[in-house]
Amino acid sequence: MKPFTLVEGYAAPIMQDNIDTDVIVRIERIAKLKRGQFAPWAFEALRYLPDGSEDPNFLLNRDPFRNAQILIAGANFGCGSSREMAVWSIQEFGIRCIVAQSFGDIFYGNCLQNGVLPIRLERDQINVLTKGALTGTTVRVDLRICKIWTAATGPIEFAIPDTQREALLSGLDEVAQTLNMTASIDQFQQEDRRGRPWVYAAVDAAMKTPDVAQRLKVKSTVELESDV
Amino acid sequence: MAKTLFDKVWDAHHIAELPGEVSLLHVGRHLMHELTGAAAITQLEQRGLDIRNPDLTFATLDHVISTRPRRTAGDEEWSTVMVNTLREQTARMKIARFDINDGRQGIVHVIGPELGLSLPGLTIVCGDSHTCTHGAFGAIAWGIGSSELVHVLATQTIRQARPKTMRIHFKGTLRAGVNAKDMILHAIGVLGASAGTGYAVEFAGAPIRQLGMEGRMTVCNLSIELGAKIGMIASDDVTFEYLRGREFAPQGEQFERAVAIWKQLASGDDAVFDKEIEIDVDNIKPQVTWGTSPEQVASIDATVPDPSLETNAVRRSQLMSALAYMQLQPGQRIDQIRIDHVFIGSCTNGRLSDLQAAAAVVKGRHIALNVTGWVVPGSLTVKLQAENEGLDQVFLAAGFEWREPGCSMCVGANGDLVPSGQRCVSTSNRNFVGRQGPGAMTHLASPVVAAASAIAGTIAYPEMIGYSS
Repeated sequence: MKPFTLVEGYAAPIMQDNIDTDVIVRIERIAKLKRGQFAPWAFEALRYLPDGSEDPNFLLNRDPFRNAQILIAGANFGCGSSREMAVWSIQEFGIRCIVAQSFGDIFYGNCLQNGVLPIRLERDQINVLTKGALTGTTVRVDLRICKIWTAATGPIEFAIPDTQREALLSGLDEVAQTLNMTASIDQFQQEDRRGRPWVYAAVDAAMKTPDVAQRLKVKSTVELESDV
Repeated sequence: MAKTLFDKVWDAHHIAELPGEVSLLHVGRHLMHELTGAAAITQLEQRGLDIRNPDLTFATLDHVISTRPRRTAGDEEWSTVMVNTLREQTARMKIARFDINDGRQGIVHVIGPELGLSLPGLTIVCGDSHTCTHGAFGAIAWGIGSSELVHVLATQTIRQARPKTMRIHFKGTLRAGVNAKDMILHAIGVLGASAGTGYAVEFAGAPIRQLGMEGRMTVCNLSIELGAKIGMIASDDVTFEYLRGREFAPQGEQFERAVAIWKQLASGDDAVFDKEIEIDVDNIKPQVTWGTSPEQVASIDATVPDPSLETNAVRRSQLMSALAYMQLQPGQRIDQIRIDHVFIGSCTNGRLSDLQAAAAVVKGRHIALNVTGWVVPGSLTVKLQAENEGLDQVFLAAGFEWREPGCSMCVGANGDLVPSGQRCVSTSNRNFVGRQGPGAMTHLASPVVAAASAIAGTIAYPEMIGYSS
């Protein structure tokens, strides 16, 4: 993961609430494309007209915002589907940092996994940043001191949990870190297996040759809802 | 102080505290599907890592698999490659896979419960945001991204910041013909699509207790549309009876031992939640979305809202863009909106009781001339059981297509799309812009409303076509 320390660049405000990950990247793109191919398809539903040409009214199609490194959004940005390709597409477009009033929980986690910094700010702070950003001035984000600012606004502080900050700053590989804790995982599983053996027993049944007819006799799932 | 259901299950899976209030949690069930699973396994292998617990990993094919009769894989070359890649990977890595030829294929959130893999007190993850469905069993279940998938495959654990807890207490009595889908859509409409962000939500109250397991799954399925990636319902006798005898649930003495433990998991009487909310569902009407977020929902006999009455500028502009996309006029009656498509299926409402309810409305009637109707059972098990009851014949006689199981038109990943400019009443979970296809307009509703709408040719509740709920 690419470490995040300092980014200075244009910031593009897309001030709608509830921008979902389906809007950020469409399902057929994530089904057919691979990482590294998503840049043209970020915000496809907003970015292009029905004939496939760029919508000149969409901010990311205008200079200097087509070179934006920071995105500014409203509430619940990235809600919906867990598709990590939503982060990849924004990242491949060139965005390193997203400022929003709030984020979809899964999207927020996916940002951290990819070195994209998600910053939560209050609406009035976002409005101040937006005003500055729309003049085409650059915005500076420094994760080392947890501040974001433009020449006009002065520094605005933001909060991010220490672990997540450290991970972004160092570009930490979580899988490698957790694999160092294998002994603890082994021990957990041994104890859990004694207390709840059924958690670990399903696979024995799953790997048996299935018998469809027999299975249907085992249990009827006919279950009328009491209220219908 | 007593613990909440969420706290008990979380604490039981806590392996280590990482700096900054992040927990390393054990994952009890990792469910996989081809759309995110095949790529994650490829990435794992490219990194030279092994899968730690194939015995706790279960796979099926749902997102891009074809739903046409006699399908074997995808409808196109790319989707067939994806399906066959997961088949090859799971066979090689000894991951149990539920597939067409063994009669257990289906939407991952339908087969997990019906096979008895989803159990109370477990942690369950899957690369799909509707994994919250499994919370109906009193499990902590949530959707994860591709990077986390690799982490789970390699370590059988996940790093998680502990969410806050919220309890949504439903109260009141549902009228006939109003069901779990209406309850949760109503709650999302009242609270908004980001009300649950940052929270693990427990659903409680008499209207929840009165639901069968399939209704409870519908409620938990839509947790993510409330903003909460985790939604839960404490297990009870309804849960235990549903699970008893399921193929992969504990059997015999083990089952009784498990039930004794599961009974201890409910939130204590004096457990404290970070937030408690009451939602009154007394006498609510069937709910239908009119916009492009699940929070843009209203009673079926209401009218489309008027943006000029909205004083908040941001909300007004969102209302206007939603109505423009949906090609609706302010003040238009929802139950008079003409439709082109009906989709009955998905991890929200593709289970047997959903098909039974829809079939009862459809029986002896025919869908409107201008309407295309699809029924896509949630799994092969659901499909076989429905066929045993003759439901397929009811739908076919009414003019519906009866298709093979998969996510299908809920997300369109396999190419099952609503054409651009057409309007669909869908029993699925998302009415986002372009969700069912570029330019397609989606109205979310319950199976009985979808069924009645197909017959009427407009959005309709069953009484409008002469059916008595």
